[in-house]
Amino acid sequence: MAKLKNPKVFAYRRENGRVGIRNHVVILPLDDLSNSACEKVAYNVKGTKAIPHAYGRLQFGKDLELFFRTMIGTGANPNVAAVVVIGIEPEWTNRIVEGIAKTGKPVSGFSIERFGEFKTVEMACWKAKEYVQWASELRREPVDLKEIWVSVKCGESDTTSGLASNPTVGNAIEKLVAMGATTSFGETSEITGAEMVCKSRAANRKVGEQFMAAFDAYQKMIDDNKTDDLSGSQPTKGNIRGGLTTIEEKAFGNLQKIGKKANYVGVLDKAEAPTGPGLWFMDTSSAAAEAVTLWAAAGFVAHFFPTGQGNIIGNPIEPVIKLTANPITAKTMSEHVDYDCSAILRGEMTLDQSGDNLLQMLVRTCNGRLTAQEALGHEEFVLTKLYESA
Amino acid sequence: MIQFLVHEEADNVGVATVDIKAGEKAGGLYMDSQKKAQVKALQDIPLGHKIALIKFKKDDSVIKYGHDIGRVVAEIKIGEHVHIHNLKTRRW
Repeated sequence: MAKLKNPKVFAYRRENGRVGIRNHVVILPLDDLSNSACEKVAYNVKGTKAIPHAYGRLQFGKDLELFFRTMIGTGANPNVAAVVVIGIEPEWTNRIVEGIAKTGKPVSGFSIERFGEFKTVEMACWKAKEYVQWASELRREPVDLKEIWVSVKCGESDTTSGLASNPTVGNAIEKLVAMGATTSFGETSEITGAEMVCKSRAANRKVGEQFMAAFDAYQKMIDDNKTDDLSGSQPTKGNIRGGLTTIEEKAFGNLQKIGKKANYVGVLDKAEAPTGPGLWFMDTSSAAAEAVTLWAAAGFVAHFFPTGQGNIIGNPIEPVIKLTANPITAKTMSEHVDYDCSAILRGEMTLDQSGDNLLQMLVRTCNGRLTAQEALGHEEFVLTKLYESA
Repeated sequence: MIQFLVHEEADNVGVATVDIKAGEKAGGLYMDSQKKAQVKALQDIPLGHKIALIKFKKDDSVIKYGHDIGRVVAEIKIGEHVHIHNLKTRRW
């Protein structure tokens, strides 16, 4: 660990002091109706990126609040240099523009009603061109690795996840937390079976109780909507074939991602930004694209994603670093894998060495190395919806 | 080359990292202390499945990751396969 004691990385310092590792100019639709205009702008102005999605109309209450928090957070993320927002009407468009503007970064909004799509696209293209040329002259500068906010979540887990790839992430997270970094884990429903241990990992009793309240609420939502008994589906038949016997065993394997010693300092609502360094629990779905979208909206700039059987998820603005300890996955799906830690299974590498290797990959990613997911163009942007629209 | 890994010293099961055959003398490694272990497999243990490192009586706890992962429902000898036929969740 000596060489990684206090590593510097080259990253972008934003107007609000936060640090980003990418320099995206995002064309952000307010709603489903505006996806087409955003994609037309991104086609015309090279180096910009449209982030289409399915919602933004007739949402209300807590679901609408989460929608705005996610959209504003996405634009505000320090991996984003500047934003053009396009919506069907001006009022909600401006709400997103004003939210993003609080970061001090360049942002402009355009609405389609009273102009039509051609005129809107033209106006937005001029602004997008101005932004992308401005952003292209921004320079990376040396910053401490601890300024990089890192989220973690696994997917398509198997026994190699619990043995090696999840504990590798846990080892790296402990080292990041010790450096003073800001990190987060979540997947509320997947903690089932280890919730009491997870509660005990809170920094204090109040935070532990906040976790339990979020856990119980998620559990109730599942109970209210399920159509069969979860005891028959957790662990899954595939999990059992792979050697997992009980739900406790599956949950403890999942919890390896936060290491053995780190305590979480707070509980975050979906897409809510942490207010200080340390490890944070975020109440998220266990569906990969939904969860990473929420962390990106909370301001996280890099993600560790351990996988067993080979989940291929990515995100448009938060680079997803994928690792696997399954030698078959590493071999047959190598285009998706950034770091192969299967040497642990052969007894040829310790967890400590593997954690260092993962941090080394994080440093390279911060310095500009494209992740497998970025090179492949995997940009799953999936909004979490709490209930039906009105 | 090893045949199984043990997460922590406190654990009483190992996890096969290859398909282990009955009768084989399997070599293992504790991931926290890097200490070595050896167990004679009494049954086939497929990759990813658990092998008993101690003798279990009914109602004993199986410890993995340093935590109780369930209740033993049938006696288990050292080197036997630990799975759904002799280990059950305490949850339901």
